[in-house]
Amino acid sequence: MIPAKFDYHAPSTVDEALRLLSEAEDAKVLAGGQSLIPVLRLRLAAPEVIVDLGRIEELRGVREDGDALAVGAMTPHADMIADPLVREHAALVAEAAETIADPQVRHRGTFGGALVHADPAGDMPTTAVALGAEFLIAGTRGTRTVAAEDFFEDLFTTAVGEDELLTQVRIPKHTGWGSHYEKFVRVAQQWSIVAVAAALRIDGDSIAEARVALTNMGSTPVRATAVEQRLIGIAPVADAVREAVVDVAEGTHPPSDLNGDADYRRHLATVLTGRAVLAAAAG
Amino acid sequence: MTQINVTVDGISYSDEVEPRTLLVHYLREWLGKTGTVVGCDTSNCGACTVHLDGRSVKSCTMLAVQADGHQVTTIEGLAENGQLHPMQQAFHETHALQCGFCTPGMIMQAIDLLKDNPDPSDDEVRLGLEGNLCRCTGYQNIVKAVQTAAKAGGAT
Amino acid sequence: MTVTEERPTTEVGTPRRRKEDQRLVTGRTRWTDNLQLPGMLHLAMVRSPVARAKITSVDVAEARSAPGVLAVITGSDVADIQGSLPNAWPVAEDQKAPPHPAIAVDQVSFAGEIVACVVARSAAEARDASELVDVEYDELPVVLDLAQAAADTELVHPDLGTNVSARWVFDSAEACSGGNVEDAIQEARDGGILIERTYRQQRLIPAFMEPRSVVVDPTGEQTTMWSATQIPHILRLMLALTCDIPESKLRVIAPDVGGGFGGKLQVTPEEVVTLLAARQVGRPCKYTESRSESLMVAHHGRDQIQKLTLAAKQDGTVTGLKVELLADMGAYLGLVTSGVPILGAFMFNAIYKFPAYHFACTNVFTNHAWTDAYRGAGRPEATYAIERLMDELAQEVGADPLEIREKNWIKHEEFPFTTVATLEYDSGNYEAATAKARELFGYDELRKEQAERRERNDPVQLGIGVSTYTEMCGLAPSRVLGALSYAAGGWEHASIRMLASGKVEVVTGSSAHGQGHETAWSQIVADRLGVPFEDVEVLHGDTLVAPKGMDTYGSRSLVIGGIAALRAADKVIEKAKVVAAHMLEASPDDLEFSAGKFTVKGTDKGTGIGDVAFAAFHAHDLPDGFEPSLDAEATMDPDNFSFPHGTHLCAVEVDTETGRTTIRKYVCVDDVGKVINPLIVEGQLHGGVAQGIAQALFEEAVYDESGTLVSGSLTDYLVPSAVDVPSMVTDRTETPSLTNELGVKGVGEAGTIASTPAVVNGIVDALRPYGVSDVPMPCTPHRVWTVLQAAGASGGGAA
Repeated sequence: MIPAKFDYHAPSTVDEALRLLSEAEDAKVLAGGQSLIPVLRLRLAAPEVIVDLGRIEELRGVREDGDALAVGAMTPHADMIADPLVREHAALVAEAAETIADPQVRHRGTFGGALVHADPAGDMPTTAVALGAEFLIAGTRGTRTVAAEDFFEDLFTTAVGEDELLTQVRIPKHTGWGSHYEKFVRVAQQWSIVAVAAALRIDGDSIAEARVALTNMGSTPVRATAVEQRLIGIAPVADAVREAVVDVAEGTHPPSDLNGDADYRRHLATVLTGRAVLAAAAG
Repeated sequence: MTQINVTVDGISYSDEVEPRTLLVHYLREWLGKTGTVVGCDTSNCGACTVHLDGRSVKSCTMLAVQADGHQVTTIEGLAENGQLHPMQQAFHETHALQCGFCTPGMIMQAIDLLKDNPDPSDDEVRLGLEGNLCRCTGYQNIVKAVQTAAKAGGAT
Repeated sequence: MTVTEERPTTEVGTPRRRKEDQRLVTGRTRWTDNLQLPGMLHLAMVRSPVARAKITSVDVAEARSAPGVLAVITGSDVADIQGSLPNAWPVAEDQKAPPHPAIAVDQVSFAGEIVACVVARSAAEARDASELVDVEYDELPVVLDLAQAAADTELVHPDLGTNVSARWVFDSAEACSGGNVEDAIQEARDGGILIERTYRQQRLIPAFMEPRSVVVDPTGEQTTMWSATQIPHILRLMLALTCDIPESKLRVIAPDVGGGFGGKLQVTPEEVVTLLAARQVGRPCKYTESRSESLMVAHHGRDQIQKLTLAAKQDGTVTGLKVELLADMGAYLGLVTSGVPILGAFMFNAIYKFPAYHFACTNVFTNHAWTDAYRGAGRPEATYAIERLMDELAQEVGADPLEIREKNWIKHEEFPFTTVATLEYDSGNYEAATAKARELFGYDELRKEQAERRERNDPVQLGIGVSTYTEMCGLAPSRVLGALSYAAGGWEHASIRMLASGKVEVVTGSSAHGQGHETAWSQIVADRLGVPFEDVEVLHGDTLVAPKGMDTYGSRSLVIGGIAALRAADKVIEKAKVVAAHMLEASPDDLEFSAGKFTVKGTDKGTGIGDVAFAAFHAHDLPDGFEPSLDAEATMDPDNFSFPHGTHLCAVEVDTETGRTTIRKYVCVDDVGKVINPLIVEGQLHGGVAQGIAQALFEEAVYDESGTLVSGSLTDYLVPSAVDVPSMVTDRTETPSLTNELGVKGVGEAGTIASTPAVVNGIVDALRPYGVSDVPMPCTPHRVWTVLQAAGASGGGAA
């Protein structure tokens, strides 16, 4: 399968990329291409212009920026997984990134690409929501910052406009937190049927702070704030945790497909949240 | 048409390609590197796996223009002076292939996995190969091959 | 790394590393899609997006004028010359079959049918132009449900007057091979055990790794077709018969072929269209399908509903089995579509001594893609049914599933045994295989652990699945095929050319696509002729090189083709003996032949077969009247099938909270008779078992209510990866087949046949305490959970 024809640009700066996007009628941004290229091959999309961000060095890499990590949007998943800063301050992201697709895809696929793609079954959006990340979006008129809860608008839709670029993601440091990404799939390289991201700060024998978010339980990642509240102050033991998370799926609108119907997904979300929290507490 | 300069299996090529040309098609049709094959259109099967600057990628999920300025190694670039690469030798020794269609991609990915983990357990090998489908072998001998190659220094 | 291989004293039985590997591990392969010929054009197919419709118009004007396009071919363009794709197995005299044009002319009957073909200079241009072909469809109601199809409320092919293609019945009372099954059922109802179940064999997709590809070169005297096919010989004949081309003017080559599993046992629309296109434009043409196309239109497998009634005495002795099948043909009959369920008819009784048996199958059309052979073809379905039933019977009786099987199976001293389905099983030893499997598995320990987990109400339950199977291999004695109305024979051909240099060429009509024939045939012939393994070259897969053959499917290659090679070698030796005797000035009767050397008995006078070959070549001094050649050929037509068997044991852990099944241990002990190459045999089992596990747990071709394939990519059709299948323990017992000289039985399908019921029996076994007695395949976590919910609601619960 061969994509339809398109014009190709590989700018070397963000400004140049933004100029190309503002000039083009029907442009698509190519990040790692691991979702876009199959879509082009199947001709489910046939943009006239492709703007490839692969040559923009400034978009790559992870650095510390005060109480947050500043992650370049074009940082590949494999680099995120290996990055000592990510492992220390945002282990949840590294752990979830390890479950994305397969090693080859993780070599090419990028953190920002996965976020802007905003597949409801994607893993990165959930981790960003769980950790309360901020998104830096550049446009020809400057850069704006969007909070995680405002970034994901709908299925495959984010706050990034057609002539804008996600350039950086600021992930608040969660140093010393335990975290776990509990992903449920039928075969290894599958997209999440349901997944749960959990991060906990344990103080003494009980949970002091909690972050819980769900993958594929709606059109965008679902932050389970009520459950987070309920977890605070309890001991991370099986019975207490199960009780605290029992209605985590309440109010969610998961899809029904070949892998399970909505009821099953709600049930799974509950079971997996319990497991994720316990594993986060253990790790 | 876009100008690209790519080094494939140690030889530099300079070509004008349509931007929509997939890397795998460039390898197969322009360079005659038909050892690398196409098995699917959704990036699932991994049969097209090659190395880009030493790391495994799916060459059907990459445009040739994205490889501009980079080094590509295919299954055809592994053997040196007629000597099979330890991973190729191990696949042969342990009967890790039947029809052989997935084999080039499987071998390329197996070499990559040893770079990260030179002494992988059975489960680690399986996880490292999660992006490569084989319909013939049930994977058992592939796992054995990777571990055999690991002992023989297959990461290089 | 260097691994030294000791030169074996005999080749047969040694784990020779494969000859095929060198080209495959280095990428120096010859896949059909690799071919580039001067002036070659590329095809793209325009396919119907709807499952059933009248084609009201096909507008190709825009496509025809698109860049690079040389031709656009529609169904009406070729209506008079494209013929109808063949069905070689009319299972009933009154079998109904619709015409099957390669390019649909005025109607389409499943989503994906070709409605036009674009021929262009590049594959990209062909694809671009294919999007410009404007087809208008007048959609018609679709028939998708099998029972509804059988009820004929809406007809897939109105001209046929029915959706029923054929009905095929076997009854042991009528065949005088057993009693009347209705009597057995009545007796069971009156005080025995009666088990009635309905199982669904879901629709599967063979999903060979190499997408199908075909190249046709119409230039020159002969038209040459390269195709990723299992059946170059059958394809050549069928194309000659359907496309108005003399067989002698067509050469078919199957170069390296990347797997088939029955999926490439077909004469395809794409092959016909490429042939027509190449002849029309007079230039070489290539078509290579995408994976999405492959999943949609390359024939599917299985898809049957099995209604089963098992009658038994209170002690668990089976008294009768009744099978009523509803089999989905899909929209058309492929090469052997209609015969696939019939192959199963002989296998429902499996390894057991059933006194009465009735089998009936109704083949129906639907608006799904066509079905046809898929690894095991009819036999996995039958084995699944009976092995599931034997577990149900064990449950009913309160006995161990292995015990109940032993009570009913044919004891090793009872062979040869004529079954209630009229087959004569020549040999077998079910006791030995089962005992070995049981020990390797640690059966008793696992049963103990299972009891403990049940006791403590563990959310992760342990289940033990048993499958004791047999299968009929070596398809097939020609007279049997004749009796079953198959259009061809089941023989296989081989020839051996003794080259002047002493090297040997073995030509086989059985064309491999991953099985390792080049290695195995070399071992057989090297042993027989006493020449080095390396000196034997095995040639196949080209009708010019190997003009006669019946190709590769149905675990037939070794038992028929391998034996043909062996017999050809024996003929070579017979000829060589005459020349050797002349050279040694002795009588042929005084010569003995061993390890490649003729010697005069009782002396040290002798000559090697290579020297004899050279003497035959230069022909300077041959016996009077001796034709100067040692070459020989043989055609093997078997007297009987062969019957591998084995015992597979599978321990599964089922997470009752999520429904997920994990295979913890898989042990199989198979008896495939004498083994030529244990490495190859083991590999076949590994792969076969994995495919059977995939049916149990992962794979299903799913359509929506409009007849669109939902599982249309490898993202949704879940072919398992290395993570998803277990490592397994394989072992063997060796009871030689008595039907051929080597005692071999065939191994290509064994793993797939045996493993599916082993896994599902394990899952059901794990969930018995919850009142579960079945989980439909594939046993997805969602399905297991749903079954558990339903069982819980109906009052079941863990012990």
